[in-house]
Amino acid sequence: MQITTLTDLEAVKARGLAQLYPEKPKILVGMATCGMAAGAQRVLETLQKRAQQLHWDGAVEKTGCIGFCYEEPLVDLIIPGQPRLTYARVDQEFAAEMMTAVAAGTVPEENFLARLDVDDMILDGGPRRFYEGALSGFVAQAPRYEDLDFFKLQRHLAMRNCGFIDPDNLEHYIARGGYFALHRALTSMTPEEVIEAVTVGGLRGRGGGGFPTGVKWASCRKAKGWPKYVLCNADEGDPGAYMDRSLIEGDPHAILEGMLIGAYAIGSTEGYIYVRAEYPLAVKTLQRAILTAREAGLLGQNIFGAGFSFDIKLNLGGGAFVCGESTALMASIEGRPGEPRAKYVRSVEKGLWNLPSNLNNVETWANVPLIIAKGADWYREIGTEGSKGTKIFSLVGQVKNVGLVEVPMGVTIKDMVNLIGGGVPEAREFKAIQIGGPSGGCIPRELWDLPIDFDSLWDAGAMMGSGGMIVMDNSTCMVDVAKFFLDFLIDESCGKCIPCRLGLKRMRDILEEFSSGKGSLADLEELQSLSEAVQDGALCGLGSSGPNPVLTTLRYFRDEYEAHILGRRCPAGVCKDLITYAINQELCNGCMACVRECPQGAITGEKKQPHQLDATLCIKCGACFEVCKFGAVEVS
Amino acid sequence: MVTFTINGKEVQGQKDWTILDVARWEGIPIPTLCHHPAVEPYGACRLCVVEVDEGRRTRIVISCMYPVKEGIKVRTDTPRVQNVRRWIMQLLLDESPASSYLKELAKSFDVKPSRFQKAGVSFACHLCGLCVRACQEVVGIQALTFSNRGLKKEIASPLQMGSKDCISCGNCLYVCPSLGMEQLYARMRA
Repeated sequence: MQITTLTDLEAVKARGLAQLYPEKPKILVGMATCGMAAGAQRVLETLQKRAQQLHWDGAVEKTGCIGFCYEEPLVDLIIPGQPRLTYARVDQEFAAEMMTAVAAGTVPEENFLARLDVDDMILDGGPRRFYEGALSGFVAQAPRYEDLDFFKLQRHLAMRNCGFIDPDNLEHYIARGGYFALHRALTSMTPEEVIEAVTVGGLRGRGGGGFPTGVKWASCRKAKGWPKYVLCNADEGDPGAYMDRSLIEGDPHAILEGMLIGAYAIGSTEGYIYVRAEYPLAVKTLQRAILTAREAGLLGQNIFGAGFSFDIKLNLGGGAFVCGESTALMASIEGRPGEPRAKYVRSVEKGLWNLPSNLNNVETWANVPLIIAKGADWYREIGTEGSKGTKIFSLVGQVKNVGLVEVPMGVTIKDMVNLIGGGVPEAREFKAIQIGGPSGGCIPRELWDLPIDFDSLWDAGAMMGSGGMIVMDNSTCMVDVAKFFLDFLIDESCGKCIPCRLGLKRMRDILEEFSSGKGSLADLEELQSLSEAVQDGALCGLGSSGPNPVLTTLRYFRDEYEAHILGRRCPAGVCKDLITYAINQELCNGCMACVRECPQGAITGEKKQPHQLDATLCIKCGACFEVCKFGAVEVS
Repeated sequence: MVTFTINGKEVQGQKDWTILDVARWEGIPIPTLCHHPAVEPYGACRLCVVEVDEGRRTRIVISCMYPVKEGIKVRTDTPRVQNVRRWIMQLLLDESPASSYLKELAKSFDVKPSRFQKAGVSFACHLCGLCVRACQEVVGIQALTFSNRGLKKEIASPLQMGSKDCISCGNCLYVCPSLGMEQLYARMRA
């Protein structure tokens, strides 16, 4: 149906609420990519099949990712008058058992993760309790979401609907307050007032640079030229980062609504979402969302009868990392090779097809409806002095809890790693955290009280980037880490400018000398001056921030570089040319595990006799080290 | 007219000029490789970097594309500028140590091939893109293009299939600074 007035919107909202909080029980399966990878599709099918067999009177639906990626597949049970119950690591077998139990009127106790008492419903007038009165039995004892360390510091603003709604269902989105902000902007605010709200709210670009969004919008509005374009950057490419993918897969209309509000503020009628083709589910979700919004009249001509028209096209990226850079992205939309250009004339003045263009990241757009709905002052309250609101991070690496985390700006690295992440594995030590993807930097333990916001990270030599966080423990060699990120950038460099194409490769060559024991202290100076030349000389952000992983590791872990150069040793035991494996004859009890594991036949020995390792045959793959339960394989 | 300074000297340029245009007009030397007056600037070689003080901050920009602005202070020979240029020369020379053009250019930077120099390479192409731009902008056809990316990037005919559009005008050969086009030329033709 067409939604053209506030009454229409209210009617859709009522229908949506009846689906979100039905009188019958409902089961939700997390079906974002992280869930699918863990087998959510089969879980969903099992639940549906079993429900049919049992003639269960309830609904089985899909939803997005709520962030517990390490516990996928996640299944939520919503029974009227009960808190929402979340089950983790659900397999087909348990799904069938669960359905049987639910159909019989009980709730399973196994695989239980946590219960949710209150739905925040941020956009819609405040919290809504799932139940009234006291709980009894197992549910009363069950931990709540806010009792879980992983959830304690989190606040889901951009991810407000992820894990709550069916991303393909527009009614669900509207039920939780969606498109009301757009209605408010179009009918009771001038474009200038919208820009003012976003500026005062202090929203900064979530794509990495942290440029004030309101300021960008204002310059684009002022720029001469027509038409103007509103663009969404969904070309997320940092290794280990997937915030934007989850947002799209969980709540695509939040992005559309943000872009609509932005377009109204800027004075644009056409928009593009540039999304990577490697995200097939995100692409499909966006396609469906755009179609549904168009059918409902929320995209197209004369939206809400306010005389404002806007439509969005989807543009699929071909998989080049550099196309996440604004000018390369625009070149790619135009159909040219994805190469950046010099930005001495900004793209808000001359961007796509040389016309004024405003590009923001997925997460930035998802924040916009919040500010319009709740007001700039409400938004300003969250976060730190210079960085307002929340930020989504994908916390990966050597921590127990891997997942998507949305926290207010200013949470410390220590809390991020130890509390939310659950710390590094036992018997290991936290060494560094890599923030901001290949353009970011490694921050050491000494700085782990640092609050995570745009400015603190910048001062420490890293950057917010899009929000990838890779935790590293003492089994990680920092020279090796620098090599890893350089390899990535060398592979992804477009090759246009010489500092990036050849300079990063030379940096890699110098690091290779270090890790093979051929370096000298003079090479460190050479590396430093080359890094500066690349920073100063490269054309785009990808190249000029390329040396960051090297520069930050040099700044905080210089002793490790020196160990490689002067001591010809790798303290973390990673660089193959600098380590040797040996079997401690006293600790080895002759279990034969390493003898069987060694691919080279370098280890020989009898049962219950200490084994021998032939160093001339050893290829230093580390298989024996991994397999030994007695710590008898030593690396030096 | 826009008034600003280069190396402390007050200079003037039209408002659509770049710093390089003004520097050339004034006879102030700035090295270039991918620049040619017949085609649009491209910004690939980065040899023409200069340091610009814009009042709020000082940064390194490429003079061939940076539009002149009132009151800026341009310096063409600071340590940061020299560091960028010297490294670009070093990297290029190591890539094609046999190139007589580069050897000549490298002399003015006092750069010699390093331990990373490639052995046995006689071919030299720096992907300056002059041939591609001359073909598109001057001749008005697209017989030449870039292919691949990063270290594998090369000059090729579209889809590497040889171009039927080539009219054998020789503009690409004429504009090529390194004679690399002479070796590529045969492959470009259908």
